[in-house]
Amino acid sequence: MSRRIRLGVFAVGACAVGTMLVIAFTGLPSFGTQRHPYGDRAVHMSVHKQTTSNVVSSVNFDQRATDTLGEEFILFTAVVGTLVLLRELREEDERDESQEKRQIAARGLPSTALVSYVMLGVTTLVGLYVVAHGHLSPGGGFQGGVVLATAIHLLYVGGGYAAIRRARPVPVYEILEALGAGGFVVLGLAGTLLTGDLLANVLPMGRLGDILSGGDVELLNLLVGVEVASAFIVVLSRFLEQYAVVGARRPTTR
Amino acid sequence: MNAIIAITVVLTTIAGTVVVLAGHPKRQALTLSMFGLTLTVLFVALQAPDVALSELGINALVVPLIILLVAEKIRARR
Repeated sequence: MSRRIRLGVFAVGACAVGTMLVIAFTGLPSFGTQRHPYGDRAVHMSVHKQTTSNVVSSVNFDQRATDTLGEEFILFTAVVGTLVLLRELREEDERDESQEKRQIAARGLPSTALVSYVMLGVTTLVGLYVVAHGHLSPGGGFQGGVVLATAIHLLYVGGGYAAIRRARPVPVYEILEALGAGGFVVLGLAGTLLTGDLLANVLPMGRLGDILSGGDVELLNLLVGVEVASAFIVVLSRFLEQYAVVGARRPTTR
Repeated sequence: MNAIIAITVVLTTIAGTVVVLAGHPKRQALTLSMFGLTLTVLFVALQAPDVALSELGINALVVPLIILLVAEKIRARR
């Protein structure tokens, strides 16, 4: 296809999408109004039917749980793709041993290490809290999982590559990631078997505001927390490995 | 509340422009982190704490870290 035809095809598509966007935007309610028909229904469903005080979690894990299932597998596939791209190539096998040892032994100042280790505990606690209270307060499996994954990387800041490599056995997190993603599907199929609908609620709802409440929403949050934390740990481990170990064959200019 | 939203929208616009103009990926990684922080404040001002938390973790921390590691890796290979 020549450049002119491509531009022509693009112009037709852009005009159509542009027209539709203008029509859609002019039909939107203006910013900051009090009328929210969808929001009112979502809040009603969430609080009265599902005992989930965090309405966002109720939308993500119950009212629109199938969308979230798709997003889970977007993350899962992205991680697999990254692992395939960042696998060790044959030409990178010959490493300079001394370079590698220097990189691995490198660590931060004692004061940096102290702050990192203190923050490691605090951040882990915050991460666990955000995952466990996903159905009650802002946050949930995704946000808490990211916090948990960043927490473990404070070990790298404080103790260098050696510390983090000892502390996180990557194969374990690969398995946990798969279990988290698989668990979401299993719970979804349990809904299909018991009620006929994918991801329909199968667990007891409990009382609004209790730590054990919200039915499927809470368990799905925990599964997503496991998957997201493991996914980020696995991906960052590959990036860190590429940076700290692989390809140090030629001396760097640092 | 509207004043806070207006201020954070302006800050986000400035931070986003700085990321684009920063040029080098390493400088972009750091400015992207600041951009993530301004977006986080904007989402809090718009009463979306769930999105704000995701924004803080992903845009202010994980993505800049990955960009920094990749930029350093590419520099080391050259």
